[in-house]
Amino acid sequence: MNNTLLILKNEYLKRVKKKSFIILTLLVPFLFAGMFALIIFLSIHNDKKERTIAVFDESSLFLGEFEDEGYTKYHFVENEKYLELKKGLKESEFYALLYIPQNIYSTNSAQLVSDKQLPFELTEQIERKLSRFIENDKRQKVVDESGIPDLDEQLANTKTRIRLSTLKISESGEITKSSSMIAFIASYAMGFIIYFFVFMYGAMVMRSVMEEKKSRIIEVIISSVKPSELMAGKIIGTALVGLTQVAIWIVLGIATLVVVQGVFSPETTQQMGQSIMETQQQMNPAMAQAADQNQIMEVLEMIGNLNLPLILFAFVFYFLAGYLLYSSLLGAVGAAVDSEEDSQQMVLPVTFPLILSIMLLFPIAKNPEGPVAFWASIIPFTSPVAMLARVPYGIPTWELLLSMFLLVLTTVGAIFAAAKIYRVGLLMYGKKVNIKELIKWLRYKN
Amino acid sequence: MELFEAKNIDKVFAATQALTDVSISVKEQSIFGLLGPNGAGKTTLIRIINQITAPDRGEVFLNGKKLIRADISKIGYLPEERGLYKKMKIGEQAIYLAQLKGLSRQEATRNLKQWFEKFEIMPWWNKKVEELSKGMQQKVQFITTVVHKPKLLIFDEPFSGFDPINTNLIKQEILQLRDDGATVIFSTHNMASVEELCDNIALINKSVKIEYGATDDIREKYKSNIYKIIYRGEFEKMNHALGNKFKVIDHSESGKENHIKVQYLNGNSNNELLQSIMPISEIIAFEEVIPSMNDVFIKAVEESNKQ
Repeated sequence: MNNTLLILKNEYLKRVKKKSFIILTLLVPFLFAGMFALIIFLSIHNDKKERTIAVFDESSLFLGEFEDEGYTKYHFVENEKYLELKKGLKESEFYALLYIPQNIYSTNSAQLVSDKQLPFELTEQIERKLSRFIENDKRQKVVDESGIPDLDEQLANTKTRIRLSTLKISESGEITKSSSMIAFIASYAMGFIIYFFVFMYGAMVMRSVMEEKKSRIIEVIISSVKPSELMAGKIIGTALVGLTQVAIWIVLGIATLVVVQGVFSPETTQQMGQSIMETQQQMNPAMAQAADQNQIMEVLEMIGNLNLPLILFAFVFYFLAGYLLYSSLLGAVGAAVDSEEDSQQMVLPVTFPLILSIMLLFPIAKNPEGPVAFWASIIPFTSPVAMLARVPYGIPTWELLLSMFLLVLTTVGAIFAAAKIYRVGLLMYGKKVNIKELIKWLRYKN
Repeated sequence: MELFEAKNIDKVFAATQALTDVSISVKEQSIFGLLGPNGAGKTTLIRIINQITAPDRGEVFLNGKKLIRADISKIGYLPEERGLYKKMKIGEQAIYLAQLKGLSRQEATRNLKQWFEKFEIMPWWNKKVEELSKGMQQKVQFITTVVHKPKLLIFDEPFSGFDPINTNLIKQEILQLRDDGATVIFSTHNMASVEELCDNIALINKSVKIEYGATDDIREKYKSNIYKIIYRGEFEKMNHALGNKFKVIDHSESGKENHIKVQYLNGNSNNELLQSIMPISEIIAFEEVIPSMNDVFIKAVEESNKQ
């Protein structure tokens, strides 16, 4: 145990002190913060540019109806000016030229001419203005012709939008609000995090074993400690490196968030919020109605209604078990091969289930009760990712227990098998290793 | 007293027989040479002593008790294929390796500093291994092998990679360690160093122990009645005088002092030889040729391969 501790400490310090580790660990939050800042910056500064659109209205229906909106201004022009602009738009003060034909009622089409690539937002804005006007106009005509007094109001009342709130009944019959959207995001994110860390740190264990074998220090080390102690120290030490990295990221993440909020004064943050709301409003007026205080509360309530303790427990459990399973297998691969090139062809068969499970993540999150989801979350090699993708939706207790039991069993088995391959492989040089050879090693005594 | 004993060791790797019923015992405070051609099984035996692999059959004893895991700190091992962590600093690395052998951090640092001073390599303490030459790394490795003052030292090819000056330095250190109480087992292909250092040897060929005993006794055993004479005179006359009574094996003439080697045939005696040549030459020296370890090695292995 003492030896394992020494190895663990050495592995940990060696990695944490590495320049590449420090740089990566410090850089990632700043990259994210930078990305975040860029998004904020763009959303604020995006539409500050004033654009004036020249409107030639052949139909004479819209005169004075085009209100300026945000930074976009509308200016009506006559036929002469229109023809002039059509030739020389580039030199003029106008951004674009809107042509509304005589027969817009029948054709439902108009033209927007510009020498630039027009932003999507602008074309949408104009389309909306035109459609709304014509729609209102048509409706007014219908109302007038029908002679029904308050038809206008009645028609307005027919506008309907249904919101589906999803409720979940727990086993005890308690009803809580749930959101499949939030569960979907949570399951996808957690599956991905597990995949990412298991892969990254498992590979780190493998490289560490390979380095010792390649530099030939391994013989001195295993004449001092048991291979199993060495393996344990390596795996735990590397896991601690991972946890350190995550901890630093969380701290730095919170710190940069505070800084970002400080740099962009509350005013700008509010402005940003408004501009986002505006965009939403423009894109989908119906959605904007829902985007009120109430909905935020609802989202928070729904997050609260996810079974957070269970999710957290599952996350920690599957993370640890998955990491142990794959890092011990990858450690054995590192011991079995001589060179980086040889390791490539051994790594793929070992990590294939992990890659498969990340590919299954989307179908699982979409249909968490289906057979794919069920089997992927029960079979131990895919269950660390797959089960986590199911847990936010709620899962029958027996399935969870079965999956956990099988995973523990497999992990213990894998550690024993890996330890065996490790022992034999460490001192085996110049031999091309394949699966058949590895199975032979498993049968060796000591 | 025997410090180390291996009894009836068998070891098979898949299809290869690595060791067949090999037994050796090593006296306390002696130097034991483990000899044999490449692939004979020396390294396997050494790994069994270090508990890196277990024998299929047979037992290993240290100080009369069965070797157990905890004895690891009483053994120092310098493998043939050496290496250190390339990116780690020398001092830090040496401390880590010493700690794995059971020393406390303070103890390790203190002992290491003494050794570094002795080898005059203190300036390397904070350098990374990749900055050192191969010979320098070997020195560091030697130190990490002996720093925990083991009772039993095992060196696999300790002189490979050293220049003659450093080879001599390491030889002196090995002798000093022996005088200070350590017992040494070492494997080498450098037969001159065996003659110089080893009290006893075992010669292994194709997994079997074929020679075993005190170095001097074994050399004595391989004598083949060959005598060397240094004389002043003519070779033709000598050849004629020795004629059919003896077998002339080798001769060289430099003008002043000529050499001739003869082998006795059955029943010859020294006096007979001297009587035959005294009338025709002036004898400067006359001695029996004792085979070098090199000759013993070649002869023993060739004979065993014939069987």
